[in-house]
Amino acid sequence: MPRDIRDVVFVDGVRTPFGKAGGYYAHTRADDLVVRCIRELLRRNPQLPPDRVDDVAIAATTQIGDQGLTLGRTAALLAGLPHTVPGYAIDRMCAGAMTAVTTLAGGIAMGACDVAIAGGVEHMGRHPMGEGVDPNPRFLAEKLVDPSALVMGATAENLHDRFPHITKERADAYALASQQKAAKAYADGKFQPDLVPVAIRDPEAGWGLATVDEAPRDTSMEQLAALKTPFRPHGRVTAGNAAGLNDGATVCLLAAEEVARELGLPVAMRLVSYAFAGVAPEVMGLGPIPATEKALRLANLTIDDIGLIEINEAFAVQVLAFLDHFGIADDDPRVNPWGGAIALGHPLASSGVRLMIQLARQFAEHPEVRYGLTTMCIGIGMGGTVIWENPTWEGSGK
Amino acid sequence: MSALVAPNEVVTKALLRLVNVPGLDRPAALITLDNGFDHKKPNTFGPAGLSSLDSALTDAFAANPSFVAITGKPYVFCVGADLTAMPLITTRDQARELGRLGHRIFARLRDSAIPTFAFINGAAMGGGLELALHCHYRTLSAGASALALPEVSLGLVPGWGGTQLLPNLIGIAPAVQVIVQNPLMQNKMLKPRQAAEMGIADVLLEPADFLERSLEWAAGVVRGDITVTRPDVDRSMWDGVLAFARQALDQRLHGAAPAAYRALELLALAKDASFADGTAAEDEALADLLMSEELRSGVYAFDLVQRRAKRPVGAPAPELAREVTKVGIVGAGLMASQLALLFARRMPVPVVLTDVSQERLDKGLAAIHAEIDKAVDKGRMDAQTAARVRSQISGSVDKGAFADADFIVEAVFEDLALKKQVWAELEAIVSPEAVLATNTSSLSVTAMAADLAHPERVVGFHFFNPVAVLPLLEIVRGEKTDDATLATAFAVGKQLRKSCVLVKDAPAFVVNRLLTRFLSEIFAAVDAGTPLEVADRALDPLGLPMRPLALLHLVGAPVALHVNRTLHAAFPDRFPVSENLQRIAEAGTPVMVDDAINPEVVGLVRLDDSPQSAEEIRQRALDALAEEARLMLDEGVVAEPQDIDLCMILGAGWPFHLGGITPYLDRTGTAEKVTGRRFLPRGVASLPA
Repeated sequence: MPRDIRDVVFVDGVRTPFGKAGGYYAHTRADDLVVRCIRELLRRNPQLPPDRVDDVAIAATTQIGDQGLTLGRTAALLAGLPHTVPGYAIDRMCAGAMTAVTTLAGGIAMGACDVAIAGGVEHMGRHPMGEGVDPNPRFLAEKLVDPSALVMGATAENLHDRFPHITKERADAYALASQQKAAKAYADGKFQPDLVPVAIRDPEAGWGLATVDEAPRDTSMEQLAALKTPFRPHGRVTAGNAAGLNDGATVCLLAAEEVARELGLPVAMRLVSYAFAGVAPEVMGLGPIPATEKALRLANLTIDDIGLIEINEAFAVQVLAFLDHFGIADDDPRVNPWGGAIALGHPLASSGVRLMIQLARQFAEHPEVRYGLTTMCIGIGMGGTVIWENPTWEGSGK
Repeated sequence: MSALVAPNEVVTKALLRLVNVPGLDRPAALITLDNGFDHKKPNTFGPAGLSSLDSALTDAFAANPSFVAITGKPYVFCVGADLTAMPLITTRDQARELGRLGHRIFARLRDSAIPTFAFINGAAMGGGLELALHCHYRTLSAGASALALPEVSLGLVPGWGGTQLLPNLIGIAPAVQVIVQNPLMQNKMLKPRQAAEMGIADVLLEPADFLERSLEWAAGVVRGDITVTRPDVDRSMWDGVLAFARQALDQRLHGAAPAAYRALELLALAKDASFADGTAAEDEALADLLMSEELRSGVYAFDLVQRRAKRPVGAPAPELAREVTKVGIVGAGLMASQLALLFARRMPVPVVLTDVSQERLDKGLAAIHAEIDKAVDKGRMDAQTAARVRSQISGSVDKGAFADADFIVEAVFEDLALKKQVWAELEAIVSPEAVLATNTSSLSVTAMAADLAHPERVVGFHFFNPVAVLPLLEIVRGEKTDDATLATAFAVGKQLRKSCVLVKDAPAFVVNRLLTRFLSEIFAAVDAGTPLEVADRALDPLGLPMRPLALLHLVGAPVALHVNRTLHAAFPDRFPVSENLQRIAEAGTPVMVDDAINPEVVGLVRLDDSPQSAEEIRQRALDALAEEARLMLDEGVVAEPQDIDLCMILGAGWPFHLGGITPYLDRTGTAEKVTGRRFLPRGVASLPA
């Protein structure tokens, strides 16, 4: 059966404010964070009849308890979508939500569905990294991976070893800039339109409302320099130049472009290409480099064609390795102009869609930019990259 | 104030949090009511809880918030005053103080210059709903499970502003429904949609993001983006509605329960009185009613139904119960069909009916299917449940279908020899451990089991008609019934969602014995020469749910006569068989026609020449009830007077204001006069000494 590949668009996305593990979401369920996002997404797009949603994919790294039970399906039911709407759970660690987007986009492109909801959640307070894992003993016995491969902070130290020119000071400076850019973006009201307030219950304090991210902090090079290096004595990776442990959820609405136009849905970004790639697990932070190269190759573009980059900041060192590889300056205004995960937080499987939400907002502000990319490193040695086209692009620039 | 202390109060704390709401410059003050337990122990207000709310409001207003809002813990807003503290109120002054305390604190929300909101996230009853009514605006969750002002059912009025605020919010007719009529209809609750349509809430929001949307809505109101409009309350019909309501009350209660009448008086006042005068009148009404015997009996009855009914006294340990994987029902008549439907609905196991003829069986099954269809049509059963229930019920003329059943109920004609024969036949088919349960209303369970190889597995399982409606199940222990059988019967009863009471194998058990004793007195008066109508109305001042002849009509005169004869055989002195009752039963004409005594029946009755006054008949009937209840306790038919009361409330619908019956017999002095002692010590179901 011959068929056309359809254009896939990112219609809209929302997220909860990101909390600190043990912070304001300590008594809030992970699935409730997802439900809250789905409902707000549908409410923001009343043109979309809920029964037109063809699938719901929700990612979580630790699919246990309130992050288990085929999250996409259960969250859809809890959100009040009709029972005719199916759903599933997805896992590619930190790139869970990104993989939910690319997987559903593939389905939309080939015509299996018209409209889909993709997202992710990680409640790292309720589900600490590594909860319930049982790595196969062969990994170590047969030296398939380095013992440090499963400790993300240790893989970041490994990157510093590999790239001695990426010093702790450089990483701290990058981290400070991320905090400062995020603070300015907050002051300018860049994030607020896509944040979904979440009612938070505390048995001792009563109900409250989470409206802003909990993680951003006012810091300085001096304060950053004084932080401990928990992964290695006299190491370089600190809580200050890495993303923290966070709770949060994201969802977005994807559609075939023709269906979005038919339903009158906004088109915020058009998917150009995507790619995932593997690297040695003990230097998982390198993942975005081969993933980006592959995505560029598939799109027949070069890095010079990319006007905006949203890269996840799991660790400053991993971002700097990426920038060095592509010859981009640490303070290049195209890169994370509103700061990144070091300031805002990184609830693992949810972060991919946060990058897309921010890129979509920036596209709207930058009609001179045609292409942007979202990229992130992924545990056990992977990277993922999605290249997007700006539908508001005007003219002939890049 | 100092008088109001409840040492064991589970304190519902009012937790204040200042919350930033998008779109507002200043934070909102959000107060959460939370007693620290899950939804099974709902929020209530005792003195300490009210005081916590008072100080939370002080702090909230001091913060000069953009608005003040009150909400509850998950699933529960607040279900009103803490009833467990009721016995601690021993003087009228204390009672009035409790009313005033609530009024003073709640009024702060109404009088506030800062906008106030109630976010009714879950169950809101009594004082909880009244708290919400004091707020300037209300949002309501479509998932809120119980919304009501049930005070009148207990013998109180919504005396924390409810009688004054509600009619002026939603109009007099719906207010009468909520405050007076619903409480007297088995405490009917409002569904959230219905409450919103009535105007109790300004907006109905879905439960999934209720609090977020409520805060957003409140911010919209405060900013002026959302304008709340409420229809004007029509005052022209006020007096007429109340007069009509009073008439309906008279027909039902004959003045027996003061609370409903006090509620109507307060509602009348709400038409023109100032809020201060109206609430002052509420304080007086609360003080009077809190110090009334009817309220004390009502609280006692409520506790029986809420607690004792759920933990049957004397039942063996639940873990002794055997698993029931298949239910057999002997018979396919009306009772058997009702039972089959109940079992299949409540238990996920096959239910097999047998009868002697295929024709009767087919008729029974057809009746069941028709009943299921009707339930689906009326929206009382969903399609999946209907499909499941249909698939579970089957019929067979071959009793062999019972071979693998572990619980068999018989509902054949009330004849000892017939029932013995049924059990004997079945014993040859079923396993030795299968429970044989009889739905007999008066025959001896021990006698029925006497000739069986395994009499220990026979138990009485006595339902009340209509089976689907009346919650009581008398579980009868025969002489040889063993604990495993009894435990299984209780476990099945619980699955059927019935309230089970353990009774000894004594003629007619509890409810039928007392009802028959009381009917005997009525018919004795008729036989002696009292006109039927006079005798029938003699007990009106008690406010029973139906008059004796209506009850006779419902039960069926032949059935009543049969029970009467059984009891006569056991206790000939106390249970004479009335000639007039025999005539009515034999004539087979309906006792009532269009809610009036059938003139044909009146024509059947032959009167002697010593008519009695209504007053005399009532006193004899009460004396008889007191004597019989005491004898039942002495014989050990049930463990305690509480069980008698629970049976009469759940099996005969006798009212809360009588506390069932023994509190009434105590407070009228009847018990002491007839039996020389009270049933319950003072203070248990009555005012303290």
